[in-house]
Amino acid sequence: MADDPLTIGDTTFTSRLIMGTGGTPSLDIMERALLASGTELTTVAMRRLDPTVAGSVLSLLEKHGIRVLPNTAGCYTAGEAVLTARLAREALGTDWVKLEVIADERTLLPDPVELLDAAETLVDDGFTVLPYTNDDPVLARKLEDAGCAAIMPLGSPIGSGLGIRNPHNFQLITERAGVPVVLDAGAGTASDVALAMELGCAAVMLASAVTRAQEPVLMAEGMRHAVEAGRLAFRAGRIPRRYFAEASSPTAGLAHLDPERPAF
Amino acid sequence: MTAAQAPAAHVTVSVNGEPRRIDAGLTLDQLVSTLSPAPSGIAAALNEAVVPRGQWPETRLGEGDRIEVLTAVQGG
Repeated sequence: MADDPLTIGDTTFTSRLIMGTGGTPSLDIMERALLASGTELTTVAMRRLDPTVAGSVLSLLEKHGIRVLPNTAGCYTAGEAVLTARLAREALGTDWVKLEVIADERTLLPDPVELLDAAETLVDDGFTVLPYTNDDPVLARKLEDAGCAAIMPLGSPIGSGLGIRNPHNFQLITERAGVPVVLDAGAGTASDVALAMELGCAAVMLASAVTRAQEPVLMAEGMRHAVEAGRLAFRAGRIPRRYFAEASSPTAGLAHLDPERPAF
Repeated sequence: MTAAQAPAAHVTVSVNGEPRRIDAGLTLDQLVSTLSPAPSGIAAALNEAVVPRGQWPETRLGEGDRIEVLTAVQGG
């Protein structure tokens, strides 16, 4: 929202929803979903040039003024990730990178050792680094200390739609962090996104929840509202949880009625 | 001691993982132009090192070189 902008590095965004583009059924649906989401920052992957592929995600993002965020998806080592980030910088003219260094194909969980190594190298190299990380408060702090511009913990494995499996860890991370914390991976539906924002995330990054929904454009719009609703609730400050009820109507001034003689 | 050999007319390189015979002395920008009409949004690595676009015209490819030419695709 305009009166509550998100700042990552030296850039300010009105939208707090970062979108991925993987898994979309078509470029047309992707375009409509991106517009419905209101996103201003969207990821792409770097892959071998295929001269037979027509239509470009890049030209679409450019057309709508959506900033491109290259990722290093598919990299298993710090070396691969650093080279991929440098290639992305050369190809796209941006020194922003969503840093992903995964440990294995089955879980797609980050490899924390390689991740931190790559983050340090890329920060030294002048990159604005947004690392996809485990929901580990200690690692989050180390990534921030290394100079990362944001921390992007996973709620649950990529594409799983299992939401935030450890809300407590998220709260520990957001309470401590001096840089924006962005839920990355795991969102399945709007309530997951609202919860992330209520836990103090500055933004949410998602792809599959929209691109693989039965109606991607509708889900994109739902996610936009969920981010805004969760953010507003976070700023407003929720009521404490109580064991017993607490009446919301006043207890003073009640009429004295004979409970034995109802009037009806 | 061997007599000086004439430079090979062709060399074999790897382009995005595929072996390819090219004219000896072909430059990186000439190779990339065979893959894409416009070099925007494209980056190239030669033997696991990024070659900035400005250096493509003077980067001559030799036997066994590994070239990766990447672009942005949907993902993440």
